[in-house]
Amino acid sequence: MADVRLLGDAFSAADELAAFTAAHPHAGGLVSFLGQVRREEGPHAVEALELKHYAAMTLPGMAALAAATEARWRLDGLLILHRYGVMHPGDPIVLVAAAARHRRDAFAAADFAMDHLKSQSWFWKREKTAKGWRWIEPRPDDHRDLARW
Amino acid sequence: MAARLVFLGRLEDLAGTGELAVPPGPLEQVLAALDPALAVELLGERVRMALNGALLGDAGAVVLAEGDELAFLPPVSGG
Repeated sequence: MADVRLLGDAFSAADELAAFTAAHPHAGGLVSFLGQVRREEGPHAVEALELKHYAAMTLPGMAALAAATEARWRLDGLLILHRYGVMHPGDPIVLVAAAARHRRDAFAAADFAMDHLKSQSWFWKREKTAKGWRWIEPRPDDHRDLARW
Repeated sequence: MAARLVFLGRLEDLAGTGELAVPPGPLEQVLAALDPALAVELLGERVRMALNGALLGDAGAVVLAEGDELAFLPPVSGG
């Protein structure tokens, strides 16, 4: 059973991973991905990032993605955490972890879940720079990443 | 009771609000009552619609009933 959460407040990736690891002692391998708000310098630096979600669809969509991931690879456990709200450089945005008996399943499952979170989950992102807030459109790369699967 | 339109992402800025109560009825009629500039954006080819949380394939035949929630979803960008 996957652990899927949509979070409005900051979380500790280290604490979450420690708990996930402890919960899956029979897994031979754990793969995790942590996405965080990039810290930049200069006039175009991002000062803050905001992710909006839609209650009717975002968490149900994440749960469906977790189910699809678990159906495709043999996993002992799957963790998908995603923030919404306003974040600042250094804040964690997303944490995906997969635990499996064999490492290839864990690598592939985490990769698959991340590609779909990036480009197919119901989140809308805007960034604040010195010039103000700006909505971010998906990059062509995000769609190319999806085509891998 | 009315139906509700929900504007996500940049559409919220364009609409000036995240939600709007509207009289129930055919979608065409609901959109005709909005600011035309907003209606054009809502019908953009990259904007998808979801009725009560379920994505719509063809929005042409949508008739909003009382209590329905119709969301306008621009391209997503997560992670």
